[in-house]
Amino acid sequence: MTITEDAPAAHVGSRRLRKEDPALLTGEARFIDDLALPGAIWVGVVRSTEAHANIVGIDGSAALEIDGVHEVLSGADLAPLWGEGALPCAWPVTPDMKNPTHLPVATTTAKYVGDAVAVVLADSRYAAADGAAAVVVDYEPLPAVVEIEDAVADGAPLVHADLESNECYTWGLWGDNAAAVDAAFAEAAHVVSERYLQQRLIPAPMEPRGCAAVPSPAGGELTLYSATQIPHILKVMTAVVLGIPENKLRVVAPSVGGGFGCKLNVYAEEILCSALAMQRGAPVRWTEGRTEGAVSTIQGRGQVQHIEMAADAGGKVQAVRVKLLADMGAYLQLVTPGVPLLGGFLYHGCYDIPNYMFECTSVFTNRTPTDAYRGAGRPEATYAVERAMDSLAVSVGVSPEEIRARNFIAADAFPYESSAGLVFDSGDYQAVLDKAVALAGLSERRADQARRAAEGSSKRLGIGFSSYVEMCGLAPSRVLASLDYGAGGWEAATVRISPTCKVQVVTGSTPHGQGHETCWSMIVADQLGVDPDDVEVLHSDTAVSPTGLDTYGSRSLAVGGTAVYMATEKVIDKARAIAAHQLEASEDDLEFSGGVFRVRGTPEAEVPLAGIAFAAFTAHDLPDGMEPNLEAHVTYDPPNFTFPNGTHIAVVEVDTDTGDVDLIDYVAVDDCGVQINPLVVEGQVHGGILQGAAQALYEDAVYNSDGQLVSANLGDYLVPSAAEAPRFRLDSHATPSPTNPMGVKGVGEAGTIAAAPAVINAVVDALRDLGVTDVDMPASPQTVWKAIADAQGGAS
Amino acid sequence: MIPAAFDYEVAESADHAIALLAEHGDDAKLLAGGHSLIPMMRYRLATPSVLVDVGRLDDLRYIRTGNGTVSIGALTRHSELEHSAELAGACPMLASVAALVGDPAVRHRGTLGGTLAHSDPASDLPAAVLALGGTIVAQGPGGSREIAATDFFTGYFESVLAADEMITEVRVPAGGGGWNYQKFNRRAQDWAIVGAAVAGGGSGVSLVNMGSTPIRASGVEAAVAGGASAAEAAAVAADGLEPPDDLNADAEYRSHLARVLTERALNAAGVA
Ligand SMILES: Cc1cc2nc3c(=O)[nH]c(=O)nc-3n(C[C@H](O)[C@H](O)[C@H](O)COP(=O)(O)OP(=O)(O)OC[C@H]3O[C@@H](n4cnc5c(N)ncnc54)[C@H](O)[C@@H]3O)c2cc1C
Repeated sequence: MTITEDAPAAHVGSRRLRKEDPALLTGEARFIDDLALPGAIWVGVVRSTEAHANIVGIDGSAALEIDGVHEVLSGADLAPLWGEGALPCAWPVTPDMKNPTHLPVATTTAKYVGDAVAVVLADSRYAAADGAAAVVVDYEPLPAVVEIEDAVADGAPLVHADLESNECYTWGLWGDNAAAVDAAFAEAAHVVSERYLQQRLIPAPMEPRGCAAVPSPAGGELTLYSATQIPHILKVMTAVVLGIPENKLRVVAPSVGGGFGCKLNVYAEEILCSALAMQRGAPVRWTEGRTEGAVSTIQGRGQVQHIEMAADAGGKVQAVRVKLLADMGAYLQLVTPGVPLLGGFLYHGCYDIPNYMFECTSVFTNRTPTDAYRGAGRPEATYAVERAMDSLAVSVGVSPEEIRARNFIAADAFPYESSAGLVFDSGDYQAVLDKAVALAGLSERRADQARRAAEGSSKRLGIGFSSYVEMCGLAPSRVLASLDYGAGGWEAATVRISPTCKVQVVTGSTPHGQGHETCWSMIVADQLGVDPDDVEVLHSDTAVSPTGLDTYGSRSLAVGGTAVYMATEKVIDKARAIAAHQLEASEDDLEFSGGVFRVRGTPEAEVPLAGIAFAAFTAHDLPDGMEPNLEAHVTYDPPNFTFPNGTHIAVVEVDTDTGDVDLIDYVAVDDCGVQINPLVVEGQVHGGILQGAAQALYEDAVYNSDGQLVSANLGDYLVPSAAEAPRFRLDSHATPSPTNPMGVKGVGEAGTIAAAPAVINAVVDALRDLGVTDVDMPASPQTVWKAIADAQGGAS
Repeated sequence: MIPAAFDYEVAESADHAIALLAEHGDDAKLLAGGHSLIPMMRYRLATPSVLVDVGRLDDLRYIRTGNGTVSIGALTRHSELEHSAELAGACPMLASVAALVGDPAVRHRGTLGGTLAHSDPASDLPAAVLALGGTIVAQGPGGSREIAATDFFTGYFESVLAADEMITEVRVPAGGGGWNYQKFNRRAQDWAIVGAAVAGGGSGVSLVNMGSTPIRASGVEAAVAGGASAAEAAAVAADGLEPPDDLNADAEYRSHLARVLTERALNAAGVA
C-alpha cells in the first residue's frame, strides 16, 4: 500500500496486533490478587452446604483456634453494616415482580448451596480458608426446589416462605396480536411444536472474582478494587447500598481476566469488603476459589422453552408462539430478571414472521442466582428458533437452507420493523447464507453424508445451520425506560490532545479482554492522522474516567466507540477553528487530512495538528472567546440498537458406536458491520463459537435432587480447550449500520449466539435417518448413544 | 482450593526418602510429580502433615533395555516415556500410552512411579503396565521387593505398597506381539471414561475405569487364547464387572464402551 498525503494510511480495517498483549503475555499485567496491600484483613466466606435450611447455630470456636484467624461473624453480627441495604436488582421487569430481600450474608435461612452464611476474618488467604473450613454451622434442612418445572408444580415447597409462590414475574409481548397469532395457527399447513432445555452454565472466566476495599488513612474515603466489568455501576450501587457518599468512593477495575457477564454484577463480597473496610479502617480483601466460584458467582441460561411455529404450505412462517420458564435461582442479582427479555424480542430470529407472541414466567429455585452470561437471552432464543426451523424444514420437506431462504427478512426491507416491535438496522441475510454455503462446500459434504448413510457407516456426517440476528449496542435509554430497566444506555468519552500532540482518550467503557485500547487508538489515529501508539486509552477507574456505563451486551464499540469517535470529531472542529484563525481562512475552506489542515486550492497554506495543539496549550493567540486546550467530552445515547447477524454451518462426525461427536468443520459468516480490527473480531468469533459449542457438547452445571452442584470443578465441568476447538473458517459480509457514524454493530456475543444450534442441528442431521429427532444439550457421548438406542427401539 | 498446612522435606536419595517416611510415619507422603497428590490436597481429600519430595532424584530417571526387559526409573516423567527413542523401539506401547496422559504440562511433571503408586483405576499407564505383564520394584526399610503388576492394585487408590515403601523401578518385557490402546474421553486432557489396553497380540488385555482398580480382562484373554474373533472376545469384556456411575457415563454405557473399545483395540493389535 502506498501512503500519500491525500490518502493517509487507514488503521481501521487493518489486522493490527493488540496493544494490551505484551503486558498480559509477560505477566506484567496486575490482576486483583496481585495487589500488595500490607496489613489487609482477608475474608473467608463460609458457604451453605445445604440447598435450603434454617441456620440454627454457628460455632466458630474451632476456627478461632487457628493461627491467624481473628474473628468469626454470622449474618446477624454483620447485619448492622448494611442496615436497610440489600444487594441490588436494577431491573424490575414488571410492577408486581417479586424481589426477595437479598442480604450479603444470610441471617436466618440459607437459600442455595453457596449462599454466604458466615464470615471469617484472618491475616492471610490461607488462614481465611482454614478458618472458613473450620466453622461449624448447624442447619435445619428444609425442602428444596431444584428443577425449574418443579418450582411451579402443585404443592412445591417455597423458596421464599414470605412470598406466596415461586413465581417471580410473568412478562409477555403480544400486544393486540393474540387473536392474529391464534388465527395463523388455525390456518397453518405446518405446525411445529418443540420443547427445548437450556441447561445452566458456569461462566468460568480465566480469572475468578476478587475484590479489595481500601479506606484512606484520613478516613471517610474508600477505594474499592474489584475484578469487575462495571466499575461505574458498582460505584453507584455500593454508594446506595451502604450509604457511602459517592464523592467519597472510588472504584477501580485492575486488569480483569474475562467475565462473559459474570462480572456484570454487584456481589455480596464487594459490599461486605467495603463495609468492613469502612468499619475497621483497614484494607479488607477476598479472592474467590474456583470451586467456590462455581456456586457463588452467577450462572447462565437455565430455561425450559416451548416454541411453536405456524407455516403455510410453502413453509413461510406466519406466526411464532413462545412460552418460557426461566430459572432466576434463589435471588435476583443485578439484571437477573431482564435476561429472558433480551431474548424475548428475538424469537422470530432473522425471519419475517408477521405474528408474534412471547411469554416468560420466571421462577425461584434453591440454586445459585442466574444472570447475564455471554449472549444473555439471545443464545437461548436463537437456539429455539433455529432448532424449530430445522423441524419445519423436515415437515415441509425442504433443506435447512431453503426453509431459511423462504423466510429471511429481505435485503430491501431495511429498516425493518419486526413483529416484536424492534427496528432492524441493516443486513442481507440471504447473501450471508449463500457465502456460508459456498465456504462450507455444502454439496460435497452432502454427497459424503449420503454415501456414509448408504453404506451404513458408523461414522455419520451431519451438517447444521444456524442463521441469527441479535440486538447489540445496549442501549437507547428511552427503550430501557420502557422495559423498566433502572439506568440508561449511553456511554461517555473524553478526548484530549496534549501540547506535544499526543492523544489521551478516556472511555467509560470498561475492557476486560476485548482490546479497547487497540481499537479506540486505531479509530482516533485515523481521525486525527496520528500514530495509534501516540494514543493512550484510559479506563476502568472512576477517578480517571468518572462517567461511564461499562462493558456488556456487545455495547463497547457501537456505543462507547461511537462516543470516542464523536468526541474526536468535536476536537477536530475546535482545531479547525484555530487553524482557520492561524491561516486567516474560513473554516469552510479548510480540509483536514493526514493530521494537517490545508486551505483548499492553496496547498502551501497549511498547519499541522501538532502546531494547533501547542497553540491551544499556550493560548497566546486563539480566536476571541475560545477556551484554551484541545479537549472534548461526549456522552452518546444511541438512537437504536444494532443488529449483527450471520449464518454459521457446523459439520460433525458422529461415531454411532460410542455416541462421540467430533466437530470437524465450522464455517461462520458474520455481519458485524464495519470492522475496526479484523484480528480482534476473529478472536471474539473464535472464542464465542467455542463457548457456544461448549454448551452444545460439553458444559453442564449438574445439580442432584438435593440441590448440590455436582460439577463444581473444572474436572467435572467440561470447559473445552483449544484441543477441542473445531477448524474455524470465517468470512464476513458487512452491511454498515446506519445507526452510528462508523457503521459498526458489535461482535462480542455473535459466536456464542450462533454456535449451539448449529452444532445440535448438525448432530440431529447426522442421526435423522436413524430416527433421532432431538438431542438435549450437552450432547455428550452417552446422551447421543442413548438417543440412537432409543430411536432404534431400545436395542444397543 | 487451598491445602491444609504441611511440612516439606527434600529427599537426597531413595534411602533418605524411606528414612524420612519411617521417621514421620503415616502422616508423611512422597511427593513426585505432584499432579495427583496436590489436587487431592487442594480438595483436602489428602491432608499429609509432611511431604517428602522425591521429585529431584534424577538417578531414578532412566530407561534401560537388556535381557528382554525394559527397566524404567520411578521418577521418569511421562513426557520422557513419550519421547524416548529407546522405549519407542523396545516397548512402543508404553511410549504411546504415555503420550495420551493429560496434557503436555501434566506429562512434564507426572511420573511413572507416581501414577502406579496413586493406583487410580482411571489412569492410563497402570493399565498399560498391567496388560504388558510388568513388575514393580518397591524399596522399604528392609530392602527391595518385586511385585507383579497383577498383584499390585487392591482397590480405589490402594495398592499393596506399605506406607514406608517407595517404588524405585518398573519393568516391562521388551518387544512382544501386537498392541493397542483405546482411550475414550471427552476432552483431550481428561482421564479415560473407559480405556482398553491390548498387549502381546491379545495375551494381555486390561481395562481402565471399569471398577475399583485397573482390571485385567482375563475373560477376553482366555477367549483370544481359545481362538475367538475380536468381536467374540470383546463381547465378554464387561462381564462380571461393576463399573462406576458418574456424570460422563453410567454403568450400562461404560459396559458398552468397554466392549466397543476392546474390540477396536484387539483389531488394531492384529487379532482378527
Ligand atoms: C490436569 C490433569 C490431567 C491428568 N490427566 C491424566 C490422564 O489423562 N491420565 C492419567 O493416567 N493421569 C492423568 N493425570 C495424573 C498424572 O498422570 C499424575 O501425574 C500421575 O497420576 C501421578 O504421578 P505424580 O508423579 O504426579 O505423583 P504425585 O502426585 O506426586 O503422587 C501421587 C501419589 O503417589 C505417591 N508416590 C509418588 N511417587 C511414588 C513412588 N515413587 N513410590 C511410592 N509412592 C509414590 C505419592 O505419595 C502420592 O500418594 C492428570 C493430572 C492432572 C493434574
